[in-house]
Amino acid sequence: MHDELKPIAGGGLLDRRLFLKKGLTFSSIAWLAPSVMAEEVRSDAMTRPGRALSNYGKPSNYENKVIRWTMGNAAAPGNGVSWTPLHALEGMITPNGLHFERHHNGVPDIDPQYHHLLIHGLVNRALVFRIEDLLRYPMTSRYCFIECGGNSNAGWHSEPMQTEAGYFHGMASCSEWTGIPVKMLFNEAGIKGRAKWVIAEGADASMMNISLPLEKVLDDCLLAFYQNGERIRPENGYPVRLLVPGWEGVLNVKWLRRLRLTNRPVMARNETAKYTELLPNGMAEQFSFVMGVKSLITRPSYGQQLDNPGLYQITGLAWSGHGKIVKVEVSADGGKSWADAQLQEPVLSKCFTRFRIPWQWDGKKAVLKSRAIDDRGNQQPERYELIQAKGQQGYFHYNAIVSWAIADDGSVSHVYA
Amino acid sequence: MSMRKTLLFFFIICWSLTGIAQSSPDRGQIASSDLIKQWSYDVFPDGEGLPEGQGNATQGEAIYSQHCETCHGLKGEGGSAEELAGAMHGLTDNPPDKTIGTYWPYATTLFDFIRRSMPLSAPGSLTNNQLYAVTAYLLYINRIIKSEDEISAKTLPRIIMPNNKGFIDVYEGQSH
Repeated sequence: MHDELKPIAGGGLLDRRLFLKKGLTFSSIAWLAPSVMAEEVRSDAMTRPGRALSNYGKPSNYENKVIRWTMGNAAAPGNGVSWTPLHALEGMITPNGLHFERHHNGVPDIDPQYHHLLIHGLVNRALVFRIEDLLRYPMTSRYCFIECGGNSNAGWHSEPMQTEAGYFHGMASCSEWTGIPVKMLFNEAGIKGRAKWVIAEGADASMMNISLPLEKVLDDCLLAFYQNGERIRPENGYPVRLLVPGWEGVLNVKWLRRLRLTNRPVMARNETAKYTELLPNGMAEQFSFVMGVKSLITRPSYGQQLDNPGLYQITGLAWSGHGKIVKVEVSADGGKSWADAQLQEPVLSKCFTRFRIPWQWDGKKAVLKSRAIDDRGNQQPERYELIQAKGQQGYFHYNAIVSWAIADDGSVSHVYA
Repeated sequence: MSMRKTLLFFFIICWSLTGIAQSSPDRGQIASSDLIKQWSYDVFPDGEGLPEGQGNATQGEAIYSQHCETCHGLKGEGGSAEELAGAMHGLTDNPPDKTIGTYWPYATTLFDFIRRSMPLSAPGSLTNNQLYAVTAYLLYINRIIKSEDEISAKTLPRIIMPNNKGFIDVYEGQSH
């Protein structure tokens, strides 16, 4: 037996560098692949011409189950949510067509020629911009996640919900966003000394508005025009959205048409009645903008099946609205022992970070967990710790450790452990 | 100042102005006061942004039954859309009952939200008087005002909501 195959934590977790070692492959550890019998020299696809070129590519027909799960209001189909299928994806970037959605009253179809952005309020000169003018500005890119403040809210339920990982925790997605630092336009308008808040408003049927601290906007907010290299899609805010790295998704106002600098928040519905966390004493936390440190194992996860005992790679995602992920630990024995996972480069601030660790499954019951730690020293809490601190009625900002139980038949279920 | 010095001075001014212009494209147009007025849609807790007009709960009941009841239910009891009134218990119960009356900290938020977002099928279709009336009705079914109380730009900001002191600003309390 290779030394590398000695478990470094309970339940069969192996050294994270295992797969990087030269010469050590699945076959070298007696992993038996199902035998593939070649019956013909050339398959069908190899004996006739394939399809013609296309203007815009689509995923393989054989991947047609990798889709967002949508849940709209029966009375108003444009009012609802769709989840990213995190359990079916790899890497750290979410494909544009699978980015999660939250719309309050449908997706507007905006002609950029008629869309304007107004900057006004506590500025020396109020300015209005056409999209074509804004596209002339110097741009910058950053990779970052957007996560809805209400993501994973089923975690507060008393019983563990049995749903695929993405349809539970997939109101979070990650992209390369490209646009203009908002600071540049604010400087052109001239910020007045009394300005402390910015009210952002969208040009959809809901005209959603929300307040955010000017300090944050000047620090790292972008007017985003491009997502993963192409113009932002209508459901993600075409022609322009606000990008607020690491903070609640609701602040990343889509179809942005107005930024107003003020000395106080507007106290909109979405910063009072919603996106506030009720505590057991009846008080509620308000302006709890930052999305906490979080991780989950995406493979294996609910709904997936381990075929037979042997070597597997456990993989998942970690992220923090405070900064960079510095460590992800994985447990295969329900939290009794932990081993460090490999963090896939690049590891970026306020961005999805992919983690991986090899695991030798012995065919017996196991409970898998992951916990993330960020560069501000925040550690993802166990579920009971989160409930001790915040109660069970906060609804938003659920970031507890996720536990997957492996049964002896290789099926995976969600448990509180 | 000699001619040469004057020219040099002029040249330096021009050069520095060019420098400023190049540091940022400055492609915005000055927004007209009409545009700003039309687009300033925010209503603040102190009443800034509230338009002319007024209405009471009696008038608001008719508007509610026509535009809101299908989704929000009879007297705000909830339906395909959320419950607005008629809380059976409080915020410390399990589960808590979050309604306008038990949870919302500011009455002005009602006007701001309804004007910009409601009704879902035709947002922006209610007149200011209708908006004040339906706001009054929602406050009335939450037992915050009387059915005949007139709600306007003057009276709405004066209403103190039952849960006005129920929020902790956790951003202000952080070092950042």
